[in-house]
Amino acid sequence: MSLAAARPEPGPAEQAAAAALARIDALDGRVGAFTDVTAERALSAARALDAGANSGALAGVAFAVKNLFDVEGLPTRAGSRINRDRARATRDAALLTRMEAAGAILTGALNMGEYAYDFTGENIHDGPSRNPHDLTRMSGGSSGGSGAAVAAGLVDVALASDTNGSIRVPSALCGCFGLKPTYGRLTRAGTFPFVQSLDHLGPIARSTDLLARAYDAMQGPDAEDPATTTRAPEPAAPSLDAGFADLRIATLGGHFARGGEAECFEAVARAAACLGAEAVVEFPEAARARAAAYLITATEGAALHLERLRARPDEFDPAVRDRLIAGATIPSAYVAKAQRFRRWFAQEAARVFETVDILLAPSTPCRAPALGQKTFTLDGVTLPVRPNLGVYTQPISFIGLPVACAPIFLDEGLPLGVQIIAAPWREADALRVARALEAAGVAEFRKAKL
Amino acid sequence: MADDAAALEAHLDAAAALLGLRVAPQWRASVLAHLGVTVTAARLVDAFPLEDEMEPAPIFAPIAPGGAA
Repeated sequence: MSLAAARPEPGPAEQAAAAALARIDALDGRVGAFTDVTAERALSAARALDAGANSGALAGVAFAVKNLFDVEGLPTRAGSRINRDRARATRDAALLTRMEAAGAILTGALNMGEYAYDFTGENIHDGPSRNPHDLTRMSGGSSGGSGAAVAAGLVDVALASDTNGSIRVPSALCGCFGLKPTYGRLTRAGTFPFVQSLDHLGPIARSTDLLARAYDAMQGPDAEDPATTTRAPEPAAPSLDAGFADLRIATLGGHFARGGEAECFEAVARAAACLGAEAVVEFPEAARARAAAYLITATEGAALHLERLRARPDEFDPAVRDRLIAGATIPSAYVAKAQRFRRWFAQEAARVFETVDILLAPSTPCRAPALGQKTFTLDGVTLPVRPNLGVYTQPISFIGLPVACAPIFLDEGLPLGVQIIAAPWREADALRVARALEAAGVAEFRKAKL
Repeated sequence: MADDAAALEAHLDAAAALLGLRVAPQWRASVLAHLGVTVTAARLVDAFPLEDEMEPAPIFAPIAPGGAA
C-alpha cells in the first residue's frame, strides 16, 4: 500500500489493487480471513496490467488462496503450526498460476482449519476465520478464510479445497457462490494434500459469472497431478445464461431430507420452486456413503500425517490429532471395503442420473453455529458440530460429483446454501442452474456490512 | 456396543504400540471417543453386502516409462 501511495499516477488496476489491500488492512483484523497479505506482489501485478500486459478473462479480479496452496516465498502452512517449519515454496500452485495468467491479482493466503480436517473455520494457531455476517459465528470449514474473504468483500474470488465439504460448507454459512468440480477436473499440483482419493480444488466467488470465469481459467490437464483428467476443458461461461429448460431437475430425498433444521429444507424448496422441480429422487445408502467417506478420510489422512503424529503430536490442534490417531489404528480391511462400496455407490448414482440432470440438496443442516459451539441439536438429536456440518456434502464428494453452491437468504438473518449437483463432468449444467437462481433473485450474494 | 469399551482400549494400546504412536493420558478419552465413532462408521460400511467382483475405487493408473507423476 505504501508503494501505491509512492507512485504519482497509478493506473486503474493499481488503484483497484490498492483499494482491495486497504480494505483487507481495514477489516481483516476483525474477520480473520487472511494469514498472509501479498501486497507487493499484488501491486506489481496490477502495474503490469496497467501496462497492458494482460487482458485475460479475469483481468483485475482480486483473489486469494487457502493457505494449503503453494505461494512462492511463503511456507505452505495448511492451517498447521508444524508446516511453518517447511521451506518457503519456490513456486506457485498450478491453479494460482492459471488464475494469474488470466489476469487475476493475488492478494494473499487465507486461514483454514488445521490440515483441512475441519468444518468450523476455527484454527487454534491463527484464530478463527469469523463469519462476516455475524462475527460471533463460524465461517464454516475447512476453507473458512476463503468463504469469509469473499463474504466480507475482501476478494472477488477465493480458491479453496473440498475433501468432504470444505468449499460447500463455508459457501453456505458465509453466503457465497461456490463450485466443487468433478473429482479430477482441476489440478491439485502445488497444494498440500489431505485425503488424496477425495481431495478437490475449486473457487468461491461473489457471483456465478466470476465463478464460471475462474473455473474456466483453471481447467486443463496437468501431468503433475495424477488424478487430473486428460479431458479437454469444457468451459462453463459460454453457456451460463442458457437457462435450464432442457434440464431435468429433482430434489434429493431420504438422507438429504432429514436430520436438519426446517429452514435448510426451506432453502432447497425455494430453489426447487423457482426451477419448477417437483420430483424427488433418492441416492440409496447415502448415510452409509457418508460413513465410508468418514472412514477413508480418517484413515488415509492418518497415513499422510503418521510421522508427524509420532514426532510432533503436541503441536497439532488436539481436535485434529485425536481423530487422526484414532484413524491410524483402524484395521485396513474396513478401509478396503469402503473403497469397494464407493464404486457401488457411484454406480447407483449414475443410475439416478439416467433420469435426471440436476439434483438439489441442502449444503448444511443449519445456519452458522456460534464460534466455539461444540454440539447442536438437529431433529431432536444432539450431535457434535465439527463432523456433522458436512452431513449433506460428504456423500456427494465421496463419489466426486460436481456441485455448484447457491447462497440463499431466507430473511435478514444468516444465509444457507443449496447444493446443485450434476453428473460427472457436467459442471456447466450446475453453474447455469446456479445462474438462473441468481438471475431470479432466489440465490443472492450479500456483501457483509462491516 | 458396551462390550466394545474394553476392546477399543485394548486395540488402541496394541495398535499405537505397533505404529509407534504415543497417546498421552490426557488425550486418551478423546482418542477413544473418536475411535468408537470411526469403528461405528466402519461397521456400517462393513455390514453392506457387495459382490466379490466389485472393484475398489481409489485412483490408480499405470505409469509408462517417462510418464509424469
